[in-house]
Amino acid sequence: MPLIEIRNLRHVYHAGTADAVVALDGISLTVDRGEFVAIVGGNGSGKSTLAKHLNALLLPTEGEVFVDGMNTRDRGALWEIRQRVGMVFQNPDNQLVATVVEEDVAFGPENLGLPPAEIVARVDEALRVVEMAEYRQHEPHLLSGGQKQRVAIAGILAMRPQCLVLDEATTMLDPQGQREVMETIQRLNRDGVTVIHITHAMEEAVQCPRVIVLADGRVALDGPPAEVFSRVEELERFRLVLPPIPALAHRLRRDGLPIPEGILYVEELAGALTRLVAEGAGRGRAGDGTH
Amino acid sequence: MELTRYVTIGQYIPRESPVHRLDPRSKIAAVTVLTVAVFVVRDFSGYGLLTLFLLGVVLASQIPLGYLLRGLRPVLFLLLMTLVLNVFFSGIQGGTVLFQLGPVVATREAVLRAVFIGYRLVALVLVTSLLTFTTSPVQLTDGIERILRPFRRLGVPAHELAMMMTIALRFIPTLLEETEKIMKAQMARGAEFEHGNILRRARALVPVLVPLFVSAFRRADELALAMEARCYRGGEHRTRMKELRLAPRDAVALVLTLAASFVFTIPYTTWQALLR
Repeated sequence: MPLIEIRNLRHVYHAGTADAVVALDGISLTVDRGEFVAIVGGNGSGKSTLAKHLNALLLPTEGEVFVDGMNTRDRGALWEIRQRVGMVFQNPDNQLVATVVEEDVAFGPENLGLPPAEIVARVDEALRVVEMAEYRQHEPHLLSGGQKQRVAIAGILAMRPQCLVLDEATTMLDPQGQREVMETIQRLNRDGVTVIHITHAMEEAVQCPRVIVLADGRVALDGPPAEVFSRVEELERFRLVLPPIPALAHRLRRDGLPIPEGILYVEELAGALTRLVAEGAGRGRAGDGTH
Repeated sequence: MELTRYVTIGQYIPRESPVHRLDPRSKIAAVTVLTVAVFVVRDFSGYGLLTLFLLGVVLASQIPLGYLLRGLRPVLFLLLMTLVLNVFFSGIQGGTVLFQLGPVVATREAVLRAVFIGYRLVALVLVTSLLTFTTSPVQLTDGIERILRPFRRLGVPAHELAMMMTIALRFIPTLLEETEKIMKAQMARGAEFEHGNILRRARALVPVLVPLFVSAFRRADELALAMEARCYRGGEHRTRMKELRLAPRDAVALVLTLAASFVFTIPYTTWQALLR
């Protein structure tokens, strides 16, 4: 059984009124345990709406969403679902509840009704995992954006979720903060947590083993980044900007250099170019250097 | 213009003192008892003893006396007004005249009463600041929630009140920062906040308050969503990481306060009779 299964999900805001907006238009996909998925898409592509369906903050207008076999429409399973799928939001300031870091991390487990000793153990562990243990007595508003977001992640981890959904959680952060959050979720994923990272930073999507592109409320592309980012024309049609390295590789290829498809990282591109230069030098000596 | 530097919320001063370690509930109860005592006491012997007792608590709390006295500054004007009004407009007929200037008369009785009332004001401020100096806002809210819990059956939303206080405390610095940002943005567009009469200045604040309110509502919306995502469903099913627990020292503190308060209210004449 996949951790998350979405069947033909449609979501219409203000359904049945004059200003009805179709946000999701027939989405079907599954996410298995332990996956690290990036969901990208332009403004209005339905990313955030999709995210809010994953822990029953929104319910489908049509279709079904299953979390660990539980239908999100089932009111009785609501708290089980929300405990299993934790969500980190965009603005770190608007999701921290308490005036002290450790109290905030304790908020989730407290809502689950756990005994105090267990809560203390989980808060300790969660703060250690996001490397914020020395800040446990701090006031959240004195932390940097990246630190606040890590506290928010700790608050979710303390509920021991199976899946972490980040709804543009890096969008409001500076590059340093983005790096902190990316490193944290990569580490979590290695420890077995399923991560669904919704972002419009393509250089972050490149680092995820699976990339799903949403466009107009539908799944446009779904595959490993090497495959997704070689579909340049389609991405341009969805007004998505390629990450820098694939973009450069694509331009070089368009200019006639025989560079292989599926290049994602600086090292790969550098390797390809070095090989090219070596070959070119060989050919140059043979006598047809007319490029 | 750094608002956040001038506004301190709660005036908590962290120390490792016996007063700090007390359960917030016992501190709130002690403050209530002392408040009643301040109003019941009506002679110098009582006030003298009360002062000694408060000094003792201040010493035990390790809060510098200067900090506490600085807390009196906001009520200084009120204090002066009270003194002046009570001395010169007491309405006490007769009595020993101490001072007279035309129709303005100060009698011995009026001066005494003014001093008592002034002292009460000072004592009240000191007692309550001792509470806020030695108790963190988190503990204070926890204490209030626990004290109100038995009244839930009567419809007192104990948990909700405490949650509201916590969220308010959490968002005051955030909203102050935002106010500052908006004010700077409006100043960049030529807004004037520091000149003109009161009416003008008040009007200049409208373009600050409107975006502030809009943003506060958006924040509230997002916070509610984030809380729901973290399984928040009100006070039921909820446990706390730090459950308040009364210790023997709380009983000692309460008994001491009660006994002391009783002693303060013994009238001076009784003391005279007892000590003879």
